[in-house]
Amino acid sequence: MNYEPVIGLEVHVQLKTATKAFCGCANVFGTRENTNICPVCLGLPGSLPVLNEKALKAAMKVALALGCQVRSFTKFDRKNYYYPDLPKNFQISQYDMPFSEHGSLDICLEGGIRHIRIKRVHLEEDAGKLIHPEEGAESLVDYNRAGTPLLEIVSEPDMHSPDEAYAYLTDLKLILQYLDISDCDMEKGSLRCDANVSLRPAGTTGLGVKSELKNMNSFRAVRLALEYEIKRQEAELSDGRSVVQETRLWNEKKQMTLPMRSKEEAHDYRYFPEPDLPPFVISASEIEEAKQGLPELPKEKRSRFIASFGFSDKDAATLSATRALADFFEACLKLYDKPKKIAHWLIGPVSFQMNSRGQDIGGLRLTPASLIELIDLVEAGKISQLAAKEVLQEMLESGKPAGKIVEEKNLSQVSDAGSLSSVIEEVIAANKKSVDDFRAGKENAVMFLVGQVMRLSKGKANPKTAREMLIERLKS
Amino acid sequence: MSISRDDVTYIAHLARLGLSEEEISHFQGQLESILEYVDKLKTLDVSRVEPMTHVLDLKNVYRKDSVVPSLDPQSVLKIAPAAQGQFYKVPKVIE
Repeated sequence: MNYEPVIGLEVHVQLKTATKAFCGCANVFGTRENTNICPVCLGLPGSLPVLNEKALKAAMKVALALGCQVRSFTKFDRKNYYYPDLPKNFQISQYDMPFSEHGSLDICLEGGIRHIRIKRVHLEEDAGKLIHPEEGAESLVDYNRAGTPLLEIVSEPDMHSPDEAYAYLTDLKLILQYLDISDCDMEKGSLRCDANVSLRPAGTTGLGVKSELKNMNSFRAVRLALEYEIKRQEAELSDGRSVVQETRLWNEKKQMTLPMRSKEEAHDYRYFPEPDLPPFVISASEIEEAKQGLPELPKEKRSRFIASFGFSDKDAATLSATRALADFFEACLKLYDKPKKIAHWLIGPVSFQMNSRGQDIGGLRLTPASLIELIDLVEAGKISQLAAKEVLQEMLESGKPAGKIVEEKNLSQVSDAGSLSSVIEEVIAANKKSVDDFRAGKENAVMFLVGQVMRLSKGKANPKTAREMLIERLKS
Repeated sequence: MSISRDDVTYIAHLARLGLSEEEISHFQGQLESILEYVDKLKTLDVSRVEPMTHVLDLKNVYRKDSVVPSLDPQSVLKIAPAAQGQFYKVPKVIE
């Protein structure tokens, strides 16, 4: 029998606020353990939580960007369970009145656009961090993260392949980055994803028994875990066994999902309204104001790049792949009104440098002004394209401006016939075969000779001049 | 509304309470009479009453997103059952 996978994703995003969700402790990553703790986030007797206004505003941005309906009346609930990373023995979360619901995200795949519904977006607090030393019978707890604001974004089970799940996550992360409300760094745990997956006979609409996958620390891992789990469930069902509803952990080393040991019993969270937090009423005008305050989102930016600058879909997508790169592009555009030239440089040599250095645009020693200076040198014919790539490399190494590097390394393009003719003579003498080929009518042979001129001149020759001079010399 | 012994054991476990056999019987009776009392509400017509989410007539209590000094870790860890360095120490939670 053929089976169709059904996938739903639960994404947790840490909000980038200055303080925690319900107390004034700093919300920062990487400070010494247990330095950002107070009676509220430790749940000491007599303490009272008060909601961080900025956390709710950030959550509202996400909800609206995902097309969710924001509730006019919302409240918080206690989710009760015992685990040492939860100092109060309950998590402040939202149960039956999440502050927003019914959104969607359209993802682009090769087969076209798929509409993924979003069930809800709600605000809650994060737990602390547990460390399990190899030695000894104890675990260690750091409560710096306890009580920091966390957004939970739950999709409907609308995805049907690991690739769709991957595309959903990539697009969602891009939107979150554009909204500038989170670092979205999976390695630091500021973006986390759990996946629910089940199978059903192809062509049917019911839902099979699902497993919940956890412990994936990259989008790639989410895709691999789903691929593995779909195969595993398929084998179970094909052999006449049934899938057991359980939580399974992705094991990166073994590249497989394994059932979580029965530490967590059947969940019975006994949700009830958080009595320490009064409810929240959000007016239509507040929602409207938040809507107006949304930045241009990736999809809109892509469309605008295509419409205003005549970029291809692919180039527009590459340029808007991170907000930092799109912002860099637009900053360049303010200095230099040649969008295609800038795009060419950013998608080509600059992206090459980012990839080979494993850095994003912000990590490179490059500003819009310094890149434009370089592009300008090329466009004015002062240096060749080839030399420009070397200059860019040097700019990123030393942080020096392009003009200074050209001067220091003597990279100015040589266009005058006098300086080029000796190089051309040398190339002609050393490449008899190509010269003969050209004279025999193989026009393409000249390209090889131009390449040799470029090589001998260390990239300084103006290729256009070199080509013209070569042809003239060979035809005479 | 009747409460079984199993119900009591289950609820006690969720609350991490260890009860003796006598205590189970004792609380079984108490829980039953509490629920019986609350069951009286079922005789009322609440079809036109909005569910209550909070007892106080308060709403929209916010805090500005500005940092307030935290506690001194050393003094907090003094009241912890166990600590190691600047960490809280708990029985191992994974095998």
